[in-house]
Amino acid sequence: MSKTLVLRGSADRWSVRIQPAVLWIGLGLASLLCLSALVSLSLGTYPTTVPQIIQALSGSEDLSGIRLILLEIRLPRILMAILAGGALGLAGLLLQGLVQNPLASPDVVGITSGASAAAVFTLWITGSAGGTPLLVPAAITGALLVTVLLVMLSWRGGVSPTRLVLIGVGLAAGLSAVTTLILVVSPDATAMSAYIWLTGSLYAARWSDVFGLAPVVIGGLAVAIAVARHLDLHALGSDLALSLGSNVNRQRLVHLLLAVVLAGGAVAYAGALGFIGLLAPHMARRIIRTGHVGLTVISALLGGLILVWADLAGRVLFIPRDLPAGLFVAGVGAPFFVFLLYRLRRQS
Amino acid sequence: MLMTRTARAAGLLGGIAIAAAALFASLMFGHIPVSVADLYSSVVAYNPGDLEQLVIRSERVPRTLIALAVGAGLAVAGVLMQALTRNPLASPGILGINAGALFLVVVGANLFSLTAPTQLIWLAFAGSGLAAMLVYFLGHEPGRGISPIRTVLAGVALTALFVSFSQGLLILNQERFESMLFWIAGSVSGRSLEAVAPLLPLIAGGLVFSLLLGRQLNLLGLDDEVTQGLGLNVAQIRLLTGLMVILLAGTSVAIAGMIGFVGLIVPHIARGLLGTDHRWLIPGAAVIGGALLMGSDTLARLLIPPREVPIGVVTALMGTPLFLHLARRVGQKS
Repeated sequence: MSKTLVLRGSADRWSVRIQPAVLWIGLGLASLLCLSALVSLSLGTYPTTVPQIIQALSGSEDLSGIRLILLEIRLPRILMAILAGGALGLAGLLLQGLVQNPLASPDVVGITSGASAAAVFTLWITGSAGGTPLLVPAAITGALLVTVLLVMLSWRGGVSPTRLVLIGVGLAAGLSAVTTLILVVSPDATAMSAYIWLTGSLYAARWSDVFGLAPVVIGGLAVAIAVARHLDLHALGSDLALSLGSNVNRQRLVHLLLAVVLAGGAVAYAGALGFIGLLAPHMARRIIRTGHVGLTVISALLGGLILVWADLAGRVLFIPRDLPAGLFVAGVGAPFFVFLLYRLRRQS
Repeated sequence: MLMTRTARAAGLLGGIAIAAAALFASLMFGHIPVSVADLYSSVVAYNPGDLEQLVIRSERVPRTLIALAVGAGLAVAGVLMQALTRNPLASPGILGINAGALFLVVVGANLFSLTAPTQLIWLAFAGSGLAAMLVYFLGHEPGRGISPIRTVLAGVALTALFVSFSQGLLILNQERFESMLFWIAGSVSGRSLEAVAPLLPLIAGGLVFSLLLGRQLNLLGLDDEVTQGLGLNVAQIRLLTGLMVILLAGTSVAIAGMIGFVGLIVPHIARGLLGTDHRWLIPGAAVIGGALLMGSDTLARLLIPPREVPIGVVTALMGTPLFLHLARRVGQKS
C-alpha cells in the first residue's frame, strides 16, 4: 500500500484521500494544460511568438494590437475551453459512476440534447442571436427536465443501466428533432449561428462568459472531490455501498444533480459538445486505476486539455475558416466510442 | 391483427386507399392550394401558363413521387433489418446505415463536386455498405450472435461519427443552412423529377426483390439449426437481405438525405396490422411507408406556412415515442 495523504474536516463531515502519485500526475497534467494554453495563445490567423506574448501582456505600448487579440479574443476563449471541457469530463465521470456503465456520458443519455433544446428555445423566444442572461438557467433547467424524464421512463422498480442508455438515445433523437424544428421556425440569421453554436464552438467567448461558468465548474469540482469517497463506495456495487454506511439513494441524487448542473452549464456557454464526457473519464481511468478524488481532478483536467486542442485545431487547421471545436471532438470521440464497444465485446 | 387471407387482403387494400388519399392530399395542399379541376387539367390538358398547374407539375408531382418511393424504400429496409437482426429497434436510421450513405454522398458532393444522382448513388451504396459491415461487426458477439443493445449503441456511435464529419464538410464549404438541413434532416423537395428518375427504378427493383425473399425471410426468424435443417442457405439469404437493405437505404439517402424513424415506425405498424408473415408484411410496409412519408410531407408544408418543417423532424417527432416504448421493453428483457 502506497502512502496516502488524508485530509479530514471536523467531525468527519468530509474526508479526502490522495495518493502522492496522483498528485504528481495531476500537477503534470496541469502544466501540460498551461503549455497547451500557451501554444493556443500564440497560434491563430495572426501568429505571435512567445516573447511577443510576454511583451504584450506586460503592457508594451507598440504591441497594443496583439495585446487586444490576446486578452479579448484568445485568452477568454482558451479559458472557456478549459472550463467547459473540465465540466463535461467531470459530468461524464459522475454519470458513469452513477449508472455503472462505461458508455454513459451527458450526450449519450440525452442531457446535452435537453440543454441545447432549452437553450435554442430561449434564443427563439427572446429573439436574440448572441445570448441572453436567461440562457444558462434555461440550459440547466432543460438538462434537469430531461434527466427527470430519463429516470422516470427507465424506472421499472429500479433503473437498469442498459435501459437507461437506450431511453437516453431515444430522448436525444427526439430532442434534436425539436431543436431542428425551433431552428427552422426562427429567423435565418439566428438559425445559422445557433446551428454552429449547436455543433459546439467557442467563437464568441467573452470574459463575462468565463466569469459566469468559472464558479459553476470550480464549485462543481469542489463538491465532486468532497463526495468522491461515496463514488469509491458505489463502484463496489450498491449493496456493498449500503452496508458500508453510504446513503446510496441520497448520494446518487447528489451525483446526478452535480452532473446535470455541470453539463448544462457547459452546454449553455460552449454549445452541444459531445464525447468529451465519454473520453475524459476513460482516459483518466487508464492513467490511474482507482480513487475517485484523483479521477475527478484528472477527468476535469483531461476534459479541458481535449477541448483546448480541439478548439486550437478548429482555429488553425483551416485558416481562414474557424471550425467548431465540436467537430474535432466528435472526430476523435466517435471512433473511441466504437473502440470501446469493440473492447466490451471482447470482454463479455 | 388480421388473421385470414381475405382480411389481410382487405387490410392491404385499405392501406392502398389511405396511400391514395395521402397522394391526393400531397398534390393538393400546400402554400398554394389547388383544386381538383386544376389537378385534372394538369394531367389531360397541361397549360404551363396557369400558376396552379405549373405548381402541380413542377413541384408537387416530383416531391410526392419522391416521398412515395423513399417512404416505401425506407420502410421495407426497416422490415428487412428487423428480420435480419431479430431486433425490434433495428432500422436504417438508428443503425447508422443512412448516416454512412449520407457521409460519402456529402464527401462526393463537396470534395469532388459530383452532383448527378447517378454518380452519387454509388457513393451512397458504398457508405451504407460500410456502415452495415461496421454495425454488424460491432454488434456481433462471438459465440452468442447479435446483441440487440450493442447493435443499437454501435449504430448510435457510427451515426454520431458520420453526421459530425458530414457537418464538418458542409460547414467547411460554407454551405447554406438550407443545404445543411436538406442532408441532415432530410427533404423530399428541391429535387427535380428528371434528376432522380434514374434512381426510382432501383427502389422499385429493391421492393420487388424483397417481396420475392418473403418466404425465406419468414424462416430467418427461426433458429439457425432449424433453418438449415429445412434446407435453406442461411448465409446466402442473409447476404441477399443485407444487399437489399443497402440498395433501398442507400438510394433513399441519395435522393432525400437522412430521414429517420420511417424504417422503425412502419414495420411495427405493418406487423400490428398484418402479422409476421413477410409475404404480407413487405407489401404492407411499402404501402404504409409511402403513405406515411407523403402524409408527413404534406403536414411539413402546412405546419408553419410559408416555411416548411424538415420532413425528418416530422418523422422523428412521431417516431420517438415508439422508440422509447420499444426501448423500455427491450431493456426489460435483457
